[in-house]
Amino acid sequence: MTIRDIVFVVVGVITALSGLLAVSTRHVVHAALWLLVCLGSLAGCYIVLGQELVGIVQLLVYVGAIVVLVLFALMLTRAPIGPQPDVDAPAWQRLAATLLGAATTVLLALTALPVVGREQVDLDTPVVSTQQIASGIFGTWVWPFELLSVLLLVALVGAFAVSRTVLRRRSRS
Amino acid sequence: MTLSSAAYGLLGALPATDNPSADFSDTPWWVALIKALVIFVYLLISTLLVIWFERRIIGRMQQRPGPNRNGPFGLLQTLADGAKLMLKEDITPAKADKIIYLLAPLIAGTMAFVSFAIIPFGGEVWMFGHRTPLQLTDVPVAVLLVLAVASVGVYGIILAGWSSGSTYPLLGGLRSTAQVISYEIAMGLSLVAIFLFSGSMSTSQIVAAQSSLWYILPAFFSFAVYVITMVGETNRLPFDLAEGEGELTGGFHTEYSSMRFAMFFLGEYINMFTVAALATTMFLGGWQAPPFIAAINNGMFNHGWWGILWFTIKMWIFIFGFVWLRGSLPRTRYDQFMRFGWKFLIPITLAWVVAVAFIRGAQLGFLGEGTVTVGPLGFNTSTLVIVAVVAVIALAVAWVWDGRREARLAAEQVSPPEEIDPFAGGHPVPPLPGQRLREPSVALTAGGSSGESVVSGGTVTAVKEEDHG
Repeated sequence: MTIRDIVFVVVGVITALSGLLAVSTRHVVHAALWLLVCLGSLAGCYIVLGQELVGIVQLLVYVGAIVVLVLFALMLTRAPIGPQPDVDAPAWQRLAATLLGAATTVLLALTALPVVGREQVDLDTPVVSTQQIASGIFGTWVWPFELLSVLLLVALVGAFAVSRTVLRRRSRS
Repeated sequence: MTLSSAAYGLLGALPATDNPSADFSDTPWWVALIKALVIFVYLLISTLLVIWFERRIIGRMQQRPGPNRNGPFGLLQTLADGAKLMLKEDITPAKADKIIYLLAPLIAGTMAFVSFAIIPFGGEVWMFGHRTPLQLTDVPVAVLLVLAVASVGVYGIILAGWSSGSTYPLLGGLRSTAQVISYEIAMGLSLVAIFLFSGSMSTSQIVAAQSSLWYILPAFFSFAVYVITMVGETNRLPFDLAEGEGELTGGFHTEYSSMRFAMFFLGEYINMFTVAALATTMFLGGWQAPPFIAAINNGMFNHGWWGILWFTIKMWIFIFGFVWLRGSLPRTRYDQFMRFGWKFLIPITLAWVVAVAFIRGAQLGFLGEGTVTVGPLGFNTSTLVIVAVVAVIALAVAWVWDGRREARLAAEQVSPPEEIDPFAGGHPVPPLPGQRLREPSVALTAGGSSGESVVSGGTVTAVKEEDHG
């Protein structure tokens, strides 16, 4: 057990617990804030593992943009202070969500552990540099990367189109 | 363009690596701790000074003395204000979310300090028998760290607005958040050009790459965009819509008082220093001495502790710019501000980044190796071609845009009608310059009530009677 191990375990536990709290709290805004803690400590996990670029991009994209937008949308619509009984999900939904979550965890563990579980990496001399990540993304994996970009673009245009049609329908009626 | 194309020719090779050029191998942990403490104190003293500086300068601009009672030149005024703030009552609204209400000023206050960890204040110096750079730390992605920390700092504002449990803070917080996240995009894009020029995101490497030419010259457009966005990012006038006193009382910190308010105040001023320090590092050569001073006595002033002096001077130039803007410009309207950010700054900065990518590609020889020799200077042919193409496109776009603007202005220049009926809309409207008031008719309304025309001194005025029924 090195200090790095201990820090990694602590940050990982924080990530897991805050993720759990994000889905179980009854305060709408607090749920978003727990999600924030979860994503932020995940960035901490990456940094402990020596991947500064991935960690900081995680912070920049998820903490700095996505959760801010979630909070923003909440506050533009309805973000009361205090618990909200009407956001509660019925029992069967909670059960289904728990089952699905557990199933996904098992699936990921079963696929990821045999592949990389035995791999040993020396973190004191990091081998993956920013340039290697760049050449990986824009060289070997450029097509998946571009496909993902197209997917995001389609989602953006789709959201725009949906909101436009709703607005048009509302103005007509 | 000729100046910048000469600059492109001078900027030669790509730096070998993106790793920091600062060497921290001889820096024990206690030296790092001392450096952190010194940076903290430096920032606190700078904040005390800048508040006084701002009030005095604005006082000069408005032809009044400004604070001049406490200490020499009123220097201790900020200290007195700080003591006053600490002694004030700390109020928590009854409807507030207590924990988050406490947390928000802490986030805003502390996050502001973090970015300074990667700002290089100077070159290598001897400190307690250790050779160490005047910089707390550096990582290969240091500039991204500043952007990430700035975006975490936004939570201080949005959570303060929400947790106050009151309408004005919520509106102010929302405005402020929208403003900061939209200007952050343009800011990040403007910095991409610097990454392309220096081939690195590490601050010490960027400063080292500017030893022959500051990036303000080749990346002049990025500099302009950055300066605009840094004002938007710090919520300062003319972009301080989040706390527009006339509209939102105090914006997100309306409900805050005492030390918690002081934390926001501190955070805001340190943020000013952060963006100014980043601008210094990215565009003005960081801690390096200005061109002619740097040449004195074989670079005597370009080493060691002198860096702090040049860095501080350059940073305070930006601070003066902030104060100057505040002293001379009125607040923009919110929709104009957002339109400017999204519809102008972001697309045009994207186009600029693409142009810089082409220029850099040509410079590094991806598009052919032919050179043209003009006197002592050798230029890469493809670089010249690309710069020329970019210049022609920029000129053409500017020409078309200007033509359209003139056409639009001409269309708007319809002279107002000569006569105006001041009551046409149901409420009195004053005439525009050069307009005449319409001669009033004697009988204004049906149903018996009649207008009364009064002739006095040659002008005819109508006294309109309201039918109150």
